[in-house]
Amino acid sequence: MWAFIHKLGSPKWFYGISAKLQPWFWAAAALLIVTGSLWGLAFAPADYQQGNSFRIIYVHVPAAFLAQSIFIAMAVSGLVFMVWKIKVADMAAAVMAPLGAAMTFVALFSGAVWGVPTWGTWWMWDARLTSMLILLFLYLGVIALRGAFTSRDSASRAASVLAMVGVINIPIIKYSVDWWYTLHQPASFTLTSRPAMPTEMWLPLVIMVLGFYSFFIALTLMRTRSEILRREANKRWVQDLVNGQVEEAR
Amino acid sequence: MHSSSQSSETNQQVLAVPLREHKGGLMTAVKATLMRDLTLMLRRRGEVLNPLVFFALVITLFPIAISPDPELLAVIAPGLLWVAALLAALLSLDSLFRSDYDDGSLEQLLLAPQPLVALSLAKVAVHWLLTGLPLALMAPILGIILALPAGSYAVLALSLALGTASLSLIGAIGAALTVGLARGGVLLSLLVLPLYIPVLIFGAGAVQAAILGDGVSAHLAILGALLAASLMLAPWAIAASLRISING
Repeated sequence: MWAFIHKLGSPKWFYGISAKLQPWFWAAAALLIVTGSLWGLAFAPADYQQGNSFRIIYVHVPAAFLAQSIFIAMAVSGLVFMVWKIKVADMAAAVMAPLGAAMTFVALFSGAVWGVPTWGTWWMWDARLTSMLILLFLYLGVIALRGAFTSRDSASRAASVLAMVGVINIPIIKYSVDWWYTLHQPASFTLTSRPAMPTEMWLPLVIMVLGFYSFFIALTLMRTRSEILRREANKRWVQDLVNGQVEEAR
Repeated sequence: MHSSSQSSETNQQVLAVPLREHKGGLMTAVKATLMRDLTLMLRRRGEVLNPLVFFALVITLFPIAISPDPELLAVIAPGLLWVAALLAALLSLDSLFRSDYDDGSLEQLLLAPQPLVALSLAKVAVHWLLTGLPLALMAPILGIILALPAGSYAVLALSLALGTASLSLIGAIGAALTVGLARGGVLLSLLVLPLYIPVLIFGAGAVQAAILGDGVSAHLAILGALLAASLMLAPWAIAASLRISING
């Protein structure tokens, strides 16, 4: 077990193993997202209250899931980096941050678009929308902090600390926003409670969520590989690799 | 444990001149840090007064921008007072570690044999004593000019006193992370403001509840819980962040 972790910590080993894993995740992502979208958009029955507009759920919910999971993954990577000084963990955290911010933005944007037919407005100070907006700011803070340092090591450690502080605060923020919202809840705009989703509606949703996760893993592997090459550019094995590929191209 | 470390220290003294001596324990160092920061801050009166003037100025802007109507102001006063106090506390954060960083005394704090966690907690305590507490005491006066309904003044001061302590602790993490950066000011607010939201919700909520005549103890209890949690966790993050800023 420990040997495995130490191996995983070596950028060279990670570069090799991720090359083998990557295609599987890309394939799974493509298959699941195509299946889920086709099923969700074309074959799932329309909602009896919201009609076809409910189909935004097939983008909105997976994006919202990812937005929260990526922050946790980022904080865990930060912890691993701080405790065991495993550089690959920090590289992964660095490439996850923009992706997480993008997913948060997608969740917010799709929520706003969904708001037009259901609430009649682009933005509502709904509890979930508000905590998503705060999550977006947390992501932007982590990205900005990492960019502000000139020394890469300080940037990595500062971003790790901030990600961990953020992840402790996310549940606190979430519950306080929920409390705040129940105190201020405007009566006229609530989503009327819907019956539990029928199977043919939520099954494509599950497929989409799995597809989004596969996409996230595949993209993180790919971008971590580029990050490894960039940071380890002066290492012998990277130079050998590049020279080998240049020879092949000739 | 302590005696063994002392004896090894004396052994070293025989061999070479020690870099530092273990004079006094944790409490002495904490007290020294408290006294030093208090003295320094009280000699720079401007830094203590500026957040208060800023607080008063921002509160003056709102009636001018929105409406001088007392009824309207009374409705929004709790939120305005809390947001303005939060921003004033935020403005004062940048100077928390800045001058110590510039003159090198922060490095001495890191090198001290006493744990940095305790010493940074002492620094934050002084910061709260000279910004958070004055802001809390001043808020009722500004409440009068915003036509804050009677019966909520004590709750306003109490919620601000409790809340700004959490704000100082959370904000110090951001200040410690950005102290090594040349222009950390805007970045500091970007990092810290999202983390301030729970305190803002329950702080403004307490004043709102006092106006409506609801019980305020739930809000104040949660503010206290937030303070307890940040007292417990924030000093570790502050110490780690200071180490990153100094060594990096």
